[in-house]
Amino acid sequence: MQSNRYIIIFSLVLTAVLGGLLSGVSQVLGPTQKKAQDLDTKKQILGAIPSEKEALADMEPEQILARYAEVINSVVTDYQGNLVDTNEKGGPMVAEEVNVEKNYKKSVEDRMYPVFKYSANGEEAYILPVFGAGLWDAIWGFVAINPDLKTVRGVSFDHKGETPGLGARITSDEIQERYQKKSLYDANGEFVAITMVKGEKTPEDRLGPTRVDGMAGATLTANGVNDMLLNYISYYQKYFDKHVKGGAMSLNNQ
Amino acid sequence: MSTETIEAPVAKESEALLSKRRKKFITDPLNDDNPVTVQVLGICSALAVTTQMKPTMVMAMSVIFVLIFSNLIISLMRNAIPGRVRIIVQLAVVATLVTLVNEVLKAYAFDIYKQLSVFIGLIITNCIVMGRLEAFALGNKPYDSVLDGLGSGLGYSWIILAVAFFRELWGSGKVFGYDLMGAIGFENFSANGLMVSPVGAFIVLGFIIWVQRAKTGYVEH
Repeated sequence: MQSNRYIIIFSLVLTAVLGGLLSGVSQVLGPTQKKAQDLDTKKQILGAIPSEKEALADMEPEQILARYAEVINSVVTDYQGNLVDTNEKGGPMVAEEVNVEKNYKKSVEDRMYPVFKYSANGEEAYILPVFGAGLWDAIWGFVAINPDLKTVRGVSFDHKGETPGLGARITSDEIQERYQKKSLYDANGEFVAITMVKGEKTPEDRLGPTRVDGMAGATLTANGVNDMLLNYISYYQKYFDKHVKGGAMSLNNQ
Repeated sequence: MSTETIEAPVAKESEALLSKRRKKFITDPLNDDNPVTVQVLGICSALAVTTQMKPTMVMAMSVIFVLIFSNLIISLMRNAIPGRVRIIVQLAVVATLVTLVNEVLKAYAFDIYKQLSVFIGLIITNCIVMGRLEAFALGNKPYDSVLDGLGSGLGYSWIILAVAFFRELWGSGKVFGYDLMGAIGFENFSANGLMVSPVGAFIVLGFIIWVQRAKTGYVEH
């Protein structure tokens, strides 16, 4: 039986060695991890544009970053639609560094809203981040809206803990392609975002321009996606009113 | 000549790197003493990560890594570890190794990190790891402990890979993301939703245990 003294010294030395090892590894890997995270975000942003998404599959990380820098021009706006240039710490505001999840915890008026403007080969789109709650945990994504501000070019969704094979299907191309060319406004010109219906294999002619086919067994995740799109896109209306020429129809005075 | 005769008995006494006894450390956990199907340890992760082959593969490699190195480290320290705090010492070593795996994945395989991060963290609580440390590494030499860790890790791996194979195949018609069912002529293969839920893993695992025990004749006492 060892003495108490020995046990305490042993524990302290072990803690110091293991703690030192971990913080060392964290220091060494930190920059690589930040790069990986940054690349992942940029992939998701570009992935909202269908033609870019196809190209992404064959691209090396450096090529993706170069392509991103070439076609994306980002700004950050507040809820009132005013552009924000400085972040809380007084440094320059970088849209890619705005943490949508952290902002989600603030009230709608206090959040920062990044806008990623896509422009390539004369084609333009506004890519907006969206964030909400799925069935089990957070869901988020990026929605690319055509310059008419009415139709969706494409979406990319991701999630933290939806059920594999059910709600987690929102990350699949099959589901995301359903949103392409759909309209955010109904026939009366009212903002309705896009609704995913309950049940699957609904014929296209019964869906119409503002609804997409559902996911069997994942209606609660679909509801989360619906709320996320409706809410988050509506938060950008003031920005569109102020900054997008001739485009915006506001929610109220259409 | 005389020197040779002195050295020869020493060489005989040292055990071969893969002697019969040591081979058993690796082969036993594969079948007769499998950690998942016989000892029924590590079931939680066997259910959680096995919807697809690719993440399962990463999980298997992570568990093997953690098992080998935690066994090695604990075995090296076995004479210095105070008996009264040995569990917490084991836990600290395992947690450190698991965090290392997680950090490396985050840096170099971000997609898989996103998918597996939660489960990787739970390797700490995988009973197989602590079980081997308590039952083997604390009382055996480092090299034997490494072999034991490798054996148990492989035993765990082949089971979860087998479960994942059937779950991915029946649940989505694919293997490693490749559309196998489509390739062998089942164009309209309709996926079985049960297989992608943990219930599917229970069923597949049950079948594996059934087949295995029918062959080995193992009976619970």
